[in-house]
Amino acid sequence: MSEKKVIIEVKNLKKEYDLGEVKVHALRGVNLQIKEGEFVAIMGTSGSGKSTMLNILGCLDRPTSGEYIIDSVPMNNLNKNELAGLRNTKLGFVFQSYNLLSRTSALENVELPLFYNPKIKAKERRERAIASLEAVGLAERMHHMPNQLSGGQQQRVAIARSLVNDPVVILADEATGNLDTRTSYEIMSLFQKLNEEGKTIVFVTHEPDIARFTSRQIIFRDGHVISDELVKNRFSAAKMLAELPVEEDY
Amino acid sequence: MNYINTFKIALTAIKRNKLRAFLTMLGIIIGVASVIAMLAMGEGSKSYIKNQMSGLGTNLVMIMPGADTHGPVRSSGTSKLEMSDLEAIAKNQYVAKISPLVQSSAQVVYGNNNWSTSIYGVTQEYLPIKNLVIGSGRIFTDKELHALEKVCIIGLKVATELFTQGEDPLGKTIRVKNTPFKVIGVLEDKGAATMGQDQNDVIIAPYTTVQRRLLSIDYIQGINLSVIDDKDSEAAVADFKKIMRREHKIKEGDDDDFNVMSQSEMISTVSTVIDAIKYLLGAIAGISLLVGGIGIMNIMFVSVTERTREIGLRMSVGGRGSDILMQFLIEAAVLSVLGGIIGIIIGYLLASVAGSLLGVGSLVRLYSVVLSFSVCVGIGLFFGWYPARKASNLNPIDALRYE
Repeated sequence: MSEKKVIIEVKNLKKEYDLGEVKVHALRGVNLQIKEGEFVAIMGTSGSGKSTMLNILGCLDRPTSGEYIIDSVPMNNLNKNELAGLRNTKLGFVFQSYNLLSRTSALENVELPLFYNPKIKAKERRERAIASLEAVGLAERMHHMPNQLSGGQQQRVAIARSLVNDPVVILADEATGNLDTRTSYEIMSLFQKLNEEGKTIVFVTHEPDIARFTSRQIIFRDGHVISDELVKNRFSAAKMLAELPVEEDY
Repeated sequence: MNYINTFKIALTAIKRNKLRAFLTMLGIIIGVASVIAMLAMGEGSKSYIKNQMSGLGTNLVMIMPGADTHGPVRSSGTSKLEMSDLEAIAKNQYVAKISPLVQSSAQVVYGNNNWSTSIYGVTQEYLPIKNLVIGSGRIFTDKELHALEKVCIIGLKVATELFTQGEDPLGKTIRVKNTPFKVIGVLEDKGAATMGQDQNDVIIAPYTTVQRRLLSIDYIQGINLSVIDDKDSEAAVADFKKIMRREHKIKEGDDDDFNVMSQSEMISTVSTVIDAIKYLLGAIAGISLLVGGIGIMNIMFVSVTERTREIGLRMSVGGRGSDILMQFLIEAAVLSVLGGIIGIIIGYLLASVAGSLLGVGSLVRLYSVVLSFSVCVGIGLFFGWYPARKASNLNPIDALRYE
């Protein structure tokens, strides 16, 4: 494990929000290292700072102080456009509410990040989007619109979209929050599969149930990391899925 | 920046909302179409009236007794023109043809038919001055002029009103104000009426006859003349004024007791009036173009708000502020350009239909197309810029969370 490359390195990260009278300390000095191939769950109650952490990890927000190095690039001294470029080439996002473009086919949704990369030509864009959809098992539905897909399928399209630019890390924000248990397990088994193929995944959740599928749990409270340990008996989502009772109405 | 991709993104966004895109364009379409139609019809009627008036002879100059009326009181109501005035003016270098004019409205009778028209007493030169041509018969001779012969030439309208049985008017005697006149000629068709005056509804007779036998006067009521070259008409008018002041012994500083008008002056006056009306109509149409632009802004604002999450998503997958700005700007530009093109086509059709219905024709000038098109694109970009700017300045985190 120790010879693996460090993808994310965070040193003494602080974030304060100035709400006029009060100062909110969302992060109070966080230190973290995430290595290539890890499947990390970031947990915590609401207000613990986990969302702030994710925003900073996703280069959507800047820390008040401290250092953040992603894939050997320190993000502190990058401007807005360079951050956008970083998001475009190194990061993949999966959101709780999928955030697919309506009235836009699954394929075009998956293509979206590549539109913002001028180096990629139309042909390559299409090929990579199809490959991504194949990876999440939705190749036969690539011309469906989001409203013709189930929640789980929509989330899989979103995962395909996060994969299409071959990011160094996939950031998922409550990616199973809107899904029922069975579909959640399906999505988690997909994440596990991607992780086994070598993808680094950071997964924010508040459900301990879901965190069992990851390889490492980091728990936040009041802006501090209070626990950071490897998951000992990791669950296989595929196995759990097979054990679920089959429901008639599904 | 990848403009082609941004352009594709913007086009896709429009395609996803065809009905709304069309409704947005409607304002621009109506605006551009009405600007073009209004200006085209203005141009059309201007050239129509110009043609009609040029038909009277662009080198025509008219001298009338009486000063310009400024206010309710005529400064010298009793002024007259004499044949001596005409003789003095006839010597001027600019004059091509010249004729005195005495005029009376007249009831004319032939058999059971009677008709109310005007009789003009003139010399033979009046016909070329007014571009009148004898269709059949002849003009009166000098001998007939000096002898106060009761002969006349009638216009086509008078001929058809009086000779309803299809008889040949030539040689027939008609009664003008109870005086018998022999018809010796009929004028050729002068075409449709201009400004309420039917050029075919006239009787032309020797001025001497009209003076003495019909009106019992010894002065003349006007002088019509043509200048050799219509480019000189301004200089000619100035000359004629000088001659008239001398003839009438008007002291320095006193007002003229006559009025000199050239046809080209009248044409330019009428053109000015029509231009003013045209630009007024164009301006009103321009307002609807502006409203159309505000419509674009309105829709772009709604679109930015409605697509806040989409903007957040685009930013999170690597879209830069400038990409988002360009996307919305291109959307606005495409809407206004497309609307502008459709508007030009509809405006063109509208102008030709309305022009032919009103019978004045229409002229779509290039300047009106270029003007309205560039104004509408400008408006689209101007009103599209603010919402686009707003979109590009969104914070991706807030945008993603927007409900």
